[in-house]
Amino acid sequence: MAKMMYRDAVVSTIAEEMARDENVVCLGEDIVGGMGTPGGPEAIGGIWSTSTGLFGKFGADRMIDTPISESAIMGAAAGLALSGKRPIAELMFADFIGVSLDQIWNQLAKFRYMFGGKTKCPAVIRMAYGAGYNAAAQHSQAVHQILTGMPGLKVVMPTTPADVKGLLRTAIRDDDPVIFLEHKALYGVSGEVPDDPDYMIPFGHARLSRAGQDVTIVSTGLLLGFCEAVADKLAAEGIGCDVIDLRTTSPLDEEAILDSVEVTGRLIVVDEAPPRCSLGADICALVAEKAFASLKAPPLSVNPPHTPIPFARELESAYLPSVDKIEAAVRKVLSYR
Amino acid sequence: MQLSREALLRAYRQMKVIREFEERLHVDIQTGEIAGFTHLYCGQEAVAVGVCEHLSVEDKIVSTHRGHGHCLAKGCDVNGMMKEIWGSREGLCKGKGGSMHIADVDKGMLGANGIVGAGAPIAVGAGISCKIDGKGHVAITFSGDGACNQGTTFEAMNMAVVTKAATIFVFENNHYSEHTGFEYAVGTNKDIASRAEAFGMKVWRGDGTDFFSVFETMREVLEYVRVPGNGPAAVEFDTERFFGHFEGDPQRYRGPGELDRIRAERDCLKKFRESVTAAKLLAHEDLDALDAEVLEAIEESVRQAKAADRPTAEDVLTDVYISY
Repeated sequence: MAKMMYRDAVVSTIAEEMARDENVVCLGEDIVGGMGTPGGPEAIGGIWSTSTGLFGKFGADRMIDTPISESAIMGAAAGLALSGKRPIAELMFADFIGVSLDQIWNQLAKFRYMFGGKTKCPAVIRMAYGAGYNAAAQHSQAVHQILTGMPGLKVVMPTTPADVKGLLRTAIRDDDPVIFLEHKALYGVSGEVPDDPDYMIPFGHARLSRAGQDVTIVSTGLLLGFCEAVADKLAAEGIGCDVIDLRTTSPLDEEAILDSVEVTGRLIVVDEAPPRCSLGADICALVAEKAFASLKAPPLSVNPPHTPIPFARELESAYLPSVDKIEAAVRKVLSYR
Repeated sequence: MQLSREALLRAYRQMKVIREFEERLHVDIQTGEIAGFTHLYCGQEAVAVGVCEHLSVEDKIVSTHRGHGHCLAKGCDVNGMMKEIWGSREGLCKGKGGSMHIADVDKGMLGANGIVGAGAPIAVGAGISCKIDGKGHVAITFSGDGACNQGTTFEAMNMAVVTKAATIFVFENNHYSEHTGFEYAVGTNKDIASRAEAFGMKVWRGDGTDFFSVFETMREVLEYVRVPGNGPAAVEFDTERFFGHFEGDPQRYRGPGELDRIRAERDCLKKFRESVTAAKLLAHEDLDALDAEVLEAIEESVRQAKAADRPTAEDVLTDVYISY
C-alpha cells in the first residue's frame, strides 16, 4: 500500500495503463498544456494536474492536446475507439457535456446497439465535477443524473484514492464506453492505495464504508464523507448506520441497497445533483418497489434544491447537502411514527 | 490515368447497384411495408463510388443520414443492407439500426449517422488513429451542404489540422440542406471548399456527377493525405439529389422541370455510359448485361428481406453493453 492523493491515483493509473497497452491514448484541452507557447509543452499538465508527466513519457501521438472543441474531442474519442484505440478523453469540467452531449449520447453510447452488437467502443470520458470551489452555475455541477439515464454508458463516481485506482483501471480495460466522474473537491484527498498493478474494482459493486443496523445511507463522492461523519456521530448515541458508497451509478448495485434496507428498514439517499428525476428519486423508487415490506419509514432523498448552483460562499453552502441536513434526515426517518 | 476494363466495369456496377437499390426502395417505401425514415442517395452515386474505389478495408469512412450509397460503395453487403432497412434480425445491424445507422466496422464503414454534422469529429478520431499507426491509411467523412453549417464540422476541421489527422472531408454539395437552398443557408453563398481552405487545409473541387472527375480528384487528394505528416485535406463535389430530403417529401421547393432536367443532364450513370462507349472502352452490351445482373441482384435482395426472420421482443435487450 502506498499513500497518495486522489489526483495522483488518476495520473499513475493512466500512466500504468498507457505503459501496459500502446492502444491507450489521451486527448483533451490542456492535458499537455503550454503547446504553442514560450513556456512549451507540460507548462500545465492538465488544469487538475491529472496528466502531469505523461507527455514526457508517452509523446504527442499518445497525449493529444486539443483545441477547445468539446464536441470534436468527444467525437474524436468515439472515432478512435471505433478504430481500435482505447481513448481516455478529458472533459475539463463536467458542465461542458452541454457542448458535447451529442457525441456522448447519440454516438458513443449507442454505436454498439445501433450497429447490432458488432462493434465495441472502449472509450473512457473523464470529467471533473462537483461543487465546493464557488465556481457557480456552469463549473460546479454534478452531472451523473443526466448520464446515468443513458443506456449504453457506464457511469463511475469514485470517492477514495484507492477506488480511483481500482475503478479507473477497470474503466480503461472495459470494452464499453465509461464516464469517469472525478470530484474536484476530492483531488487533494490522500489515502492508502494498493500496489498491485492489476488492482481492479468491478463495476456495480458498492462499498460499505460504515456498518449499522438502524439506517441505510446511500451516497458517493464528496458527500459520502459527510455521511460518514453523521454515521460516526450517531454511533456515539448507539444509532447504527450502513453507509453505502455506490462507486458506480450505472450499473447500480441494487442488491447492496436492498439487502441493507431489509435489515434497517430506513433509507436516506444523499445526492449532489438537483432533486427532480435524480439518483435519490431513482433509488427511493427502487426501494419502494422492491423492499416495501421492509420499510419502517418513507425513504428520503437529500438533494440540493431545484435551482442552479449559486456563487457566493454562503449561497453555495446553503445549496449543498450538509452534515447537519443529513443528520436531520436520519433523525427524521428514525422518529417516523 | 486509364482505368482497366475490369475497373471500369466494377465502378459502373457499384454505381448501378446504388441506383437500383435506391430506386427500388423509393417504390417499396410507398407500400408502407418499410418502417421509419429513409433518405435516398440516388443521383450522388459517382461521389461514393469515385471515392471508395480508391480505398481498402483499412481505410475508414463515416457517413450521413443519406448513407446507403457510402455503405454499398465501401463494401457493405447488399442483402444485409436491404434486410436491415426492412427491419429484419438478419440485417446488417440485426434490425436495430435501420436506414440511418447502417455500419460495418470490419469493412471500415464506421456508420451512417442520423445526426447531421456528427460524422466529422468521429472521422477526425479515426484519422488520428491512422496517423498514429503511420501506415498511410485514411479516414473519410462525407458531409453535405447542410452539415457544413454545423459547428461540429468547424471544430472537426480545425482539430484535424491541429492534430495532423489523416482525415479527408468530402463535401457533397447537392444544393439542398433538407428543404433549404444552398444560396440561402451557406452564408458565403460561394462554396464549401473555401471554408476548409480557411481552416488551413489543402482543398480540391470536382464534378460530383462525373465518376472520372471524382475518381481523378480523389487520386490526388489521397496521394497527399496518405503521406504521413501531411495532415487532412478537403474536397467539394457538386452533385444532385434526385429524390427529396426524405421519402415522402413533396419537394415543393424544386423549380419547374428541375427534376427532369437534372436526370437528363446530370445523371452520373448516363454520363459514364456515354463517356466509356464514345471512347470505345466498353460496349453498350457490356453495360446492358451489368444492368440486368444488378436488377436481378436487387430483386433477390428484396425477396430475401421479405422472407428474413423478424426480430423478437428479447432482441430489444441485447447488444447494449458487452458486459453490465
